[in-house]
Amino acid sequence: MFKSSERKPFQQDSVTYQGSSSSHLQYPHRLNFYDKPPLFDVAIEEFETCALDRLRVLAEIESSAARNRTWEESTLAVRTQCDKHLVMKPNSSKYDDLDEQRRKDHLSHFVLRLAFCRSEDLRRRYVKAESTLFRMRYEDDAHADREAFLNSRDFNCLPVPADEKAKYHTELSSLYFAPSKNEAERKAAFEREKYFKVKWTRVPDLVEKRRVFLNRGWAYVPSQEQSSIIFQEFESRLEKALEMTARLLPRLDEDTRLIPILNNLSQGFIAGSSSDWMGENGDNANGEELKAEMIDDMSKRHFPMCMKTLHDRLQRDNHLKHFGRLQYGLFLKVLGLSVEEAIVFWRKSFSRITDDKFNKEYRYNIRHTYGLEGKRANYPAKNCLQVMAPGAQEYGCPYKTYNPDNLQSALLSTYSHLGLKAADLPDIMQLVGAHSYHTACTRVFEVTHGSCGVKKGDGLNGEHVTHPNQYAAHSRELYKAAAGGGSSEDMVVVTS
Amino acid sequence: MDALSPEAMLTFYRRLYPFKSVYGWLNHDHMPTRLWTHREFAFTLAGDVYVRYKSYNNSDELKADVCKLNPSRFEIGPVYSARPRDKKTLRTLTPMQRELVFDIDMTDYDEIRTCCADANICKKCWKWISAAVKVLDQAIREQYGYEQLLWVYSGRRGIHLWISDAEALELTDQQRKAVVGWMNVVYPAVEGTKRPNIRTSTRSLPPPLAAAREILLPYFSDIVLEEQDCFGSEEGYEKLLDFIPDKKIADALKKKWSADPHKPSSSKWIDLKNEVKALEKHQRPPLMAAMEDIVLHYTYPRIDAEVSKHRNHLLKAPFCVHPKTGRVCVPVDPRGIDSFDPEKVPTIAQLLGELDALIPVDGQENQPESDVQRTSLAPYVELLDKYSTSLMDLKRRQKQDPDVLSW
Repeated sequence: MFKSSERKPFQQDSVTYQGSSSSHLQYPHRLNFYDKPPLFDVAIEEFETCALDRLRVLAEIESSAARNRTWEESTLAVRTQCDKHLVMKPNSSKYDDLDEQRRKDHLSHFVLRLAFCRSEDLRRRYVKAESTLFRMRYEDDAHADREAFLNSRDFNCLPVPADEKAKYHTELSSLYFAPSKNEAERKAAFEREKYFKVKWTRVPDLVEKRRVFLNRGWAYVPSQEQSSIIFQEFESRLEKALEMTARLLPRLDEDTRLIPILNNLSQGFIAGSSSDWMGENGDNANGEELKAEMIDDMSKRHFPMCMKTLHDRLQRDNHLKHFGRLQYGLFLKVLGLSVEEAIVFWRKSFSRITDDKFNKEYRYNIRHTYGLEGKRANYPAKNCLQVMAPGAQEYGCPYKTYNPDNLQSALLSTYSHLGLKAADLPDIMQLVGAHSYHTACTRVFEVTHGSCGVKKGDGLNGEHVTHPNQYAAHSRELYKAAAGGGSSEDMVVVTS
Repeated sequence: MDALSPEAMLTFYRRLYPFKSVYGWLNHDHMPTRLWTHREFAFTLAGDVYVRYKSYNNSDELKADVCKLNPSRFEIGPVYSARPRDKKTLRTLTPMQRELVFDIDMTDYDEIRTCCADANICKKCWKWISAAVKVLDQAIREQYGYEQLLWVYSGRRGIHLWISDAEALELTDQQRKAVVGWMNVVYPAVEGTKRPNIRTSTRSLPPPLAAAREILLPYFSDIVLEEQDCFGSEEGYEKLLDFIPDKKIADALKKKWSADPHKPSSSKWIDLKNEVKALEKHQRPPLMAAMEDIVLHYTYPRIDAEVSKHRNHLLKAPFCVHPKTGRVCVPVDPRGIDSFDPEKVPTIAQLLGELDALIPVDGQENQPESDVQRTSLAPYVELLDKYSTSLMDLKRRQKQDPDVLSW
């Protein structure tokens, strides 16, 4: 079919594939200011999955901020997440499908814009997370790539011509900050530096600190400060775009396919970072997989009363009613039990029914809890307030629902091997009597973890219990620390 | 007639207050725009009753309301997203535009002035305000490029600045905060000292302050060294010694001056200069920097930061009467600031006396405009009129030829 003379030599193209010839790509740059929305057709599946991936990255950014990590640590953590879910390779990498990655990035950004424009709070958090992501990518970028990106887009920064720079030489040089202390070096660096003029309103922080030369409303900014202008520009554009999107959202002409997905996404964001307990399946503090067999052991040591009761009841009756399954199932999910292990666990616990019946009636619901069926909602585990909500007596918070005598005997039987003595009970019962169930639970935590160095009044890192998973996670951490990093399952329980 | 009685105020509002001029200045146009109709006014009534969120459709409505309620003073707020008087029916009311304002008050200079204290003011301490006006006026014009500036005497011991440039009106709170930070020199002091925190690693003054220093040096010798004699007392020169980074020199001067504590400031300053000259050349820079800092600390404008930072701040309207002094808050021409004498500003008593003495001209009975022209308030009203005309012209021109470089 082909004449060999007409065929181009095979090797020729790959030579020119270095950095700058990214022009053949639809997305020539890794960085994106998201000025234009994606204008291609997208399948609903892809719509959702790429948004979820981006959401994971943004959630990681938020949680890094919440944990006050340093910039380097955060960047590292986010990069790992990105490599897993939202990989974005620079132009120099030859083997990746750059267009495909960038397309996904572009698409997911705009899907999340739709999901998070609805309320002031969501908008603010989204803008913050996106700006941080942009900044991380910007700093990560190779110098040449960054220059190309900056040149591609008009940022309204007027370069300062040489004669103007000479005219204001004294003023500009007096403000120039160079890393070296040597005066001569500083002067040389100053001469090399390129300056830009922007309207001062775009760099208010620099003006406030008097770090730029101001003339007739124009700020003379050295190129080293250019990045802060870029970031601010990104942030303000995104804010404005989100406000506009929020206003236009009611006009979304759609057929009830997208709205549930969007709601689901924003739920994930809300539930996720208000408590850190939205760990990924399989991602837990120990770094080990949580197996079904481990649950029983853990329940003896690390579970708060509510979850322990549920577990015990499950083992005793080989059954739990719906709400109990929901409460306990979500707790286990956030604890770090993967969906496969969960199915194993529940199958073993429901030992008296047949495989068939289990698969028909319970398996679907377990998967639903993990967001793998139906509307794919990633339900957060219930916090203490939700657990305490009025309902049947078998689930909910034992400190609230049990009568005092039963509560006392239950506490003793559950926790005496961890050091809870009858002498501690009056304290706890007093708190229960005062309806201060959180504090009662916290007190129990303090007593049972005395061997790990928790004293009265310490609480859980200074706080009260507000979430069963919080209790469990702290408990595991403490044991891990006390064991010097060894597996908490090997811990010998010390009675105080 | 008692100067500040309600009857006096009412007469003042009926016959003298230039509502149309103030309207022109705020509205930038003859026909009412949102700059007026969505503008908040707040009245201070008798018994310290404070009424907010008043708004009007035109200047006549404002005049009618003022004459009806006879406030002791009223203040101007921002332009909101809707008419402030509809506040109760609205969900949110956000400030959209507002002039950039500065407030310089003599109380901020209390720690360094010696001629008066508290609420008093005289021609001598007013000089600080003149210095501040000069520095601020030049700085704003040169560095920000704003040109529509209105300086208004605050009636007792300070001065306000209203900047009406289009860009200034649109500034957000964050940007205003930036301007305040850039302007605030005296207060954010370096840790552990009283020296203003103005230098970066390079030790020389940033450009705006270098320019300011040039203006302020003559004022320093005039006010601080001569008239106020700030270092004349022991307390005064102790404060000065605080600024000197070199302990040896500070101690030497302290010894010298404690022997003759009331030596005039000018010669004490010469003593300091001599000590510095006696040093080696390479040792001088930190002390010369300290001397610059001293000049700035004692003369640089001290603004009230809170006034400028927020768009929704309410500031007293020009031409109101100050209740304690009876003086009218008149606009001031910055070019003539040195000759401005706060004690010569017209008071309400004086103006009403002039009105009484007016012989009615035939055919012009009780016309407010002509009344004003025949009192000593006239030149001030004219100043405001000229200014608001220029604002209106500017706006008309901009509509025809929109500003290209407006990002």
